[in-house]
Amino acid sequence: MTTVSVLHGKSPTPTAPAGAEEAARIELRGLTKRYLTPKGETFTAINDVTLTVEPGQFCAIVGPTGCGKSTTLAQVSGLERPSAGSVTVGGQIVDGITNGVSYMFQADALFPWKTVLNNVLIGPVLLGTPKREATELAMDWLRRVGLAGFEDRYPHQLSGGMRKRVAMAAALINNPRILLMDEPFGALDVQTKAIMQNELLQLWEGLRPSVLFITHDLDEAVALADKVVIMTSSPGSVKDVFDIDLPRPRGDVQQIRHEERFLELQGQIWASLKDEVTRAYKQSAGASS
Amino acid sequence: MTSITHHAVPVHEQEIALKTAARRTISRRTAWIWAGRILLAVVVVGGWQWFTTVGWVDKFFFGQPTEVWNSLVTLFTDGTAFGSIWENLWITVQEALLGFLLGTLTGVVLGILLGSNRYLSEVVGPYIRIVNSIPRIVLGSIFIVAFGLGMGPKVLLAAVLVFFVVFFNAFQGVREVDQNLISNVRVLGASPLQVAMHVTIPSAMTWIIASLHTAFGFAIIGALVAEVLGAQHGIGLIISQAQGTFDPNTVFACMVIIAVITLGAEYLISLLEHSLLKWRPPSKSEAQAI
Repeated sequence: MTTVSVLHGKSPTPTAPAGAEEAARIELRGLTKRYLTPKGETFTAINDVTLTVEPGQFCAIVGPTGCGKSTTLAQVSGLERPSAGSVTVGGQIVDGITNGVSYMFQADALFPWKTVLNNVLIGPVLLGTPKREATELAMDWLRRVGLAGFEDRYPHQLSGGMRKRVAMAAALINNPRILLMDEPFGALDVQTKAIMQNELLQLWEGLRPSVLFITHDLDEAVALADKVVIMTSSPGSVKDVFDIDLPRPRGDVQQIRHEERFLELQGQIWASLKDEVTRAYKQSAGASS
Repeated sequence: MTSITHHAVPVHEQEIALKTAARRTISRRTAWIWAGRILLAVVVVGGWQWFTTVGWVDKFFFGQPTEVWNSLVTLFTDGTAFGSIWENLWITVQEALLGFLLGTLTGVVLGILLGSNRYLSEVVGPYIRIVNSIPRIVLGSIFIVAFGLGMGPKVLLAAVLVFFVVFFNAFQGVREVDQNLISNVRVLGASPLQVAMHVTIPSAMTWIIASLHTAFGFAIIGALVAEVLGAQHGIGLIISQAQGTFDPNTVFACMVIIAVITLGAEYLISLLEHSLLKWRPPSKSEAQAI
């Protein structure tokens, strides 16, 4: 009996720093995803993507429209299964839903029929946390994202920026080891976007999950990430990887845009991205005409 | 400086003036709406009364508003050949309500089940479309032959009529669920049951509730038609009896009674709708434009 209790005592401790860090490593090896189109042809969305995100690293994926960025995220989360290759999270091959992952979409995936509070506490509730504890945790997170006092509102009563904050709180409340973000700020106006980027950086620096961040916006990628991955137009594969050596904490993303190193990196990456964007544009223009 | 102080007071007064003007506009509009409504009723009912009195329309076949009123009074004071009107009304209402509940329940459950399971829906789908294309009123005859003259066949016919309305809405509602929401809770570790509880059912609720408005009307139709086909009690029986004795006034009187019941049920469903769907943003038509 005693041994059992000792084992039980030990089992919750893998949250110790070293273990937790290893659990947050994402490795994509030769990842390929093909879809069957309604006409019966196969369509290769991504082809042979190999990429590693170190634990606690903020990795941005930039690429032309329709290059399979979202497909890549769906494989990491385990919502879809790869056609070839593998995704490994924390040394384990992803097969089914990966636990400890949160997803943030471009369209805010909030429940319109739940109040702000209930939207945030869904994460812990699904993990089986008692309602009262979950409520306390959710209230704390709402304070952190500056939405104390808005618990009882419904999503439609909030502005776009506030809805994003709710989505951020809902994504981070479970303290995920991996945060997948699919153009989360794509639909926001420029000013709100800058504010949300700053808030995301602050929250991320507090928790340090590994982040896979998809965006069209090169400035956003350079300002936020440690590593920027450029993907080719369809079928998507990794074209270039750039390390961003801007110091952390980054501070104000509006300020950092004017720094010399930022402009230098941005210039380099744009040179790589430009060909892909032009090629993708020509393809789509050719297809539509 | 002086211009500012000069402004400060009028702005406040202006606001009050604006508010009273807005209020006046709204009350004037409500008054006009009611005037229009009353005028329409007077024209239709008055015209009916006038045409039948003058003799342009034969009141023997088409009834007359005053006679309908007299029949109503008779129904409530003298009762009918099959017991008091309250007794008959209660039976019809019971049949409609039971049929409504049964049809709604099976419609919602099957709609959600088939909506969220593609295999099931592809197997069962064609059969549901076939059954739906049958004129279902005819099923009433079969039910009466099979189950007799009691309440059972009426409840069944009402339920069958309600089922298809609710089923197709629930099915469509489930199909329209935002896939991002489903992905989101699945990533957070939700089981299929939890996905249904937190996403599918609340999301389909908008569609289901919208269908309930029409569904109750169908429940009443089902109960009445089954009673006309064969019954020992109920409003439908009174109607078919009145038809047999060339008494259009009693038929109209029964129509009035049923209309009152249906409006009452409609009101209750609206209350339910408001409490269940209070999260919805007010639609443009609800937010009054001045």
